[in-house]
Amino acid sequence: MILRKRHRILVYGATGRQGTFWTREMINYGANVVGAVHPRKAGIKHLGVPVYASATDMTSAFDVALMFVPPLSVKDAVIDACSAEPRLIVCLAEHIPSHDVMEMLAIANTYKVRLAGPNTAGIVTPGESFAGIMPAFNNRIFTPGSIGVISRSGSLGALACLNLTREGLGQSSFFGIGGDPIIGTTMREALELFDHDSRTSLIVLCGEIGGSSEEEAAEYAATMHKPVVAFVAGHAAPVGKKMGHAGAIINPNQGSYTSKYRHLEEAGVAVAKVPSELPHLVSSALSAHQPP
Amino acid sequence: MNFEEWVAKPLLADFGIKIPRGHVADNAACVKKQFQGPSVIKAQVPTGARGKAGGIKFASDASEAFEMAKNILAMSIDGHQVSRVLVEPHIDIRQELYVAILNDRTYRCPILLFSSSGGIDIEDTATNGIHSMASVHVNILEGLTLEMALSVLQGTILAKRHHHEVANNLVSLYQAYRSLDAELLEVNPLVITQDDEIIALDCKFTLDDSALKRQDWLSQQGSLDPLTELESEAQQAGLRLIEMDGNVGILANGAGLTMTTMDAVMHYGGQAANFLEIGGDAYTKAEKALIILLKHPHIKSLLVNFCGAFARTDVMTRGVVKAWKSLCPEIPIFFSIHGTGEEEAIDLVRDELGLDPFDSMDEAVLAAIEAARRGGEA
Repeated sequence: MILRKRHRILVYGATGRQGTFWTREMINYGANVVGAVHPRKAGIKHLGVPVYASATDMTSAFDVALMFVPPLSVKDAVIDACSAEPRLIVCLAEHIPSHDVMEMLAIANTYKVRLAGPNTAGIVTPGESFAGIMPAFNNRIFTPGSIGVISRSGSLGALACLNLTREGLGQSSFFGIGGDPIIGTTMREALELFDHDSRTSLIVLCGEIGGSSEEEAAEYAATMHKPVVAFVAGHAAPVGKKMGHAGAIINPNQGSYTSKYRHLEEAGVAVAKVPSELPHLVSSALSAHQPP
Repeated sequence: MNFEEWVAKPLLADFGIKIPRGHVADNAACVKKQFQGPSVIKAQVPTGARGKAGGIKFASDASEAFEMAKNILAMSIDGHQVSRVLVEPHIDIRQELYVAILNDRTYRCPILLFSSSGGIDIEDTATNGIHSMASVHVNILEGLTLEMALSVLQGTILAKRHHHEVANNLVSLYQAYRSLDAELLEVNPLVITQDDEIIALDCKFTLDDSALKRQDWLSQQGSLDPLTELESEAQQAGLRLIEMDGNVGILANGAGLTMTTMDAVMHYGGQAANFLEIGGDAYTKAEKALIILLKHPHIKSLLVNFCGAFARTDVMTRGVVKAWKSLCPEIPIFFSIHGTGEEEAIDLVRDELGLDPFDSMDEAVLAAIEAARRGGEA
């Protein structure tokens, strides 16, 4: 799903220091925050919204659960949220054990709930709503428009949006898929979401070395009518080193920059050498593209 | 985190998988003294391909064992100095099998791999060619059942009478994989002996670094990454530093942006001196990060590139400015700052250092490369 202003958001861990800072920013921005969850703080109000012990205590439904929860507690929080069957759960934490992530995903699948992340900076729909830790409120970075942006990294995603905004190219939404090796919404799945979104005319992919998500996304991009433009980080990265993200590592047979670049180009995706080339590639792709 | 064979194999034994009765030695005299019959002497290093490098030898008597242990202990394999050997009694092998369980990034669940012809020739098969192997994806909520394990063995070149026992070993291995938070647990070879016993002759274990907190008891036994002095200093400070050969020092927030900054330096004809990111929870450590980075001997200019979301640029910039003013380095510094807290951050750089941050990352990168090329003069 693409986050909209109407979507009701329940924030786990909203009472912590970072949770409080970002939940306040979200509310100020216009995000529809309907409640918070904390097992031991039920009954109080925080930032003007009620705090519940569990999602099951809520009397009304919600669409999105946002997790400001420490890594080793996320699995239990996800199980709690799933029982209320929201549409989307956003997991911000880095360093969640992979076995927990695989369990979370299997559980979310049985409830037909989409997971975004872990290790994502969240989702921003400029001018409407955001869920996560992105500077949505900075209008030099985010501005409403028709470009869908997908990124494994929050900081690189912000830089890509900054470059687009500077050239007058606004975003329909930003979807942070996360920097972990195992994530709930893959790059390919995020691409499908934007492909089916009527407000999106072109998608910018911000990939990085490691794994094969860019190759899989390229396979889907080749079947799309909407144009796709990409940047892949890690061209200068050495082999065999984890580049900050648990998922960003080049193995002897997988994850190289060259493989990703080649697969994307072969799928008809223009790949920028530096993020500042993105606006130009986007403009050319848009003008070359004939609407159906 | 990786584990050497002599640490990993006893972990398997805890789950009912048979392993040879061996002992570890760090000198050849000890190997000779404890010699009890035909033995295999194996270099203990956290890398594959030991066999091909000559790190695994068969000794039939004590003096041979002494010579071989001496040779192996003087070896360096794949950049790892051999500091101990594992000595195990020789085993008569009927068949060598390959078994691995690992996290499948694409299918996002555990995958079991099996081959009825294991051994030295398919070392690293897990990364090279899993397509040639029997495999099954496991629903992590249900686990690997005996029936699933048996079905994997169907159609492989393995005598029927061994199926049940091998399948039991696969189930045990899966339990070990789950309990140990393994990213990869590989047994190559799992052998069937002439006496029809099933024994794990080797084990490669990679622990998920994100699970270190709850597998604390294991962390002391893991192999340490070969780090440079600066890299380990950074690690102790909770920072991730990778030293490179170039002369443009880089400080950025977030893994993606830091890699991108290195890429941009390369794209415009320069060479990065390092990877160092202070994103996520580390964004308050800018001061410490800069202090460590400035010890890098090859840096001729410094590039600070922030595009902050969670990582507040004002907090990071305050750390940089503080470290810069107290150390007074003689190299020039170039800033590009965007995102959360940018107005305050830019004012700080102007007021405290008398510098104007660049409007775009590309301009800052070009300036830093040019300065490094001139040998660090501003």
